[in-house]
Amino acid sequence: METLTYNGTQIEVNAEGYLKDMNQWTPELAREMASKENIELTEKHFDVLNWLRAKQAEGTPLSIRKIGNSGLVDIKQFYALFPGGPLKISSKIAGIPKPASCI
Amino acid sequence: MKKLLILGAGTAGTMMANKLSRNLNKDLWEITIVDKDENHYYQPGFLFIPFGIYQPEEVIRPKREFIPKGVNFVIDKIQKIEGEKNQVLLSSGTVLNYDVLVVATGTIPVPEETEGLKGKLWYKDIFDFYTYEGTTQLAKKLETWKGGKLVINLAETLIKCPVAPLEFTFLADAYFTEKGMRDKVEIFYVTPLSGAFTKPKATAMLNKLMDEKHINVIPDFYLQRVDNDRKVLISYDEKEVPFDLLVSIPVNKGDQMVEDSNLGDEDGLNFIPTDKHTLQSKKYENMFVIGDATNVPASKAGSVAHFEAEILTENILSYIIKEPLAAKFDGHANCFIETGYGKGTLIDFNYVTEPLPGKFPFAVIGPMDLLKVTRANHYGKLAFKWVYWHMLLTGKKLPVSTNMSMTGKLVEPIN
Repeated sequence: METLTYNGTQIEVNAEGYLKDMNQWTPELAREMASKENIELTEKHFDVLNWLRAKQAEGTPLSIRKIGNSGLVDIKQFYALFPGGPLKISSKIAGIPKPASCI
Repeated sequence: MKKLLILGAGTAGTMMANKLSRNLNKDLWEITIVDKDENHYYQPGFLFIPFGIYQPEEVIRPKREFIPKGVNFVIDKIQKIEGEKNQVLLSSGTVLNYDVLVVATGTIPVPEETEGLKGKLWYKDIFDFYTYEGTTQLAKKLETWKGGKLVINLAETLIKCPVAPLEFTFLADAYFTEKGMRDKVEIFYVTPLSGAFTKPKATAMLNKLMDEKHINVIPDFYLQRVDNDRKVLISYDEKEVPFDLLVSIPVNKGDQMVEDSNLGDEDGLNFIPTDKHTLQSKKYENMFVIGDATNVPASKAGSVAHFEAEILTENILSYIIKEPLAAKFDGHANCFIETGYGKGTLIDFNYVTEPLPGKFPFAVIGPMDLLKVTRANHYGKLAFKWVYWHMLLTGKKLPVSTNMSMTGKLVEPIN
């Protein structure tokens, strides 16, 4: 079992570093995780992270397109906030599971 | 008389018409099916047309041949579902009422969703192959193409038949090799996914095949626009991929009617929120959705529609006698993957179990091998055309279980 220690608390993550329990997430933990991806979180980042967490909690499958339609950011801005693989990276920092791409 | 209305006479709708006409009491129920097109296309055959393996006429038959006697077949464009009033409006002005509605209006590629995709190079140097027109145009192009950079690009992760772009790529490699010009063609597979496919074991196997065939995979590329003058694909994060010939899998959307009826989900792609186990619409209890039209997290593929049709028939029969919807769809998909040179591989999976190696459909004897490249798998794929026309569309039982079976699969402990 892999764990991440933050502020003395052990947090369980999977092999790719995604939280196993989204309820263990805190904004401070998000900052810590983001810094490993070389991202410094701004208010805009947190808007996206909170939106992702809310959607995850209601069981909505997530996609880049859906975030582009959220009214929070467009897809280009989403890439600028979380460069590389924005959905994978933002999901990790938001403490939610890696989105399963539909096939 | 009670009325059961089916929208769409493609693979899913035609199967439902056949199954329901066999199972519903004809004295009590009138069944009507509506589609705008008189022709039924064998869509798995579109893949083979560009390489001259199938001729265009092999994939078309009149829809009427597959609609059972006693079912009304209406050829008209569907304009709008008015769920509150239990009625559907057609373009001609006809209004159809229903007691139970089955929506099977499928998905189509919409190149207009991406800037520059349907521009001046469309059907000159840019083609799709998921439409009859696209695949027949591409066949003509390949006959005379002199080589260069061939780019296969998926514009979106959620597409119909997610294995077809891989098959196209493998068949292209074999086609140019057999033509003696493979050294003049560089092949690039450009995908928004992190690898060749979505599920880990199948991706590892398919990435290896790509490598063996000298196909360059460019992952994590999410297409924003196509520059027609410079002939490059440009991603949202400004990465560029140049092409001489682009085979595009455009954004897939559900029918425009879904949007006009305000029935789509938040992706804005016109797929209908549907219970992934019962196939009942989340909005209206007398509306059911099947095949590519749903937003369930299963492949958009004929095999999925076939397994769904078994479940949905049971659930509609339960619904009309006011019993709970007991049949549960498990996300079962079963896909042959052509890998070129008369060989193929096979994957079988569902919502919770990824494609695993092993034998199919029977343990040890197979005869098909899962996640392995064999000749038997290729013949399985070719034989499927006959099965499709003669058994699948008309709703006959196939020797494959509706829910995915673990028989013959090799399981490793998952951490």
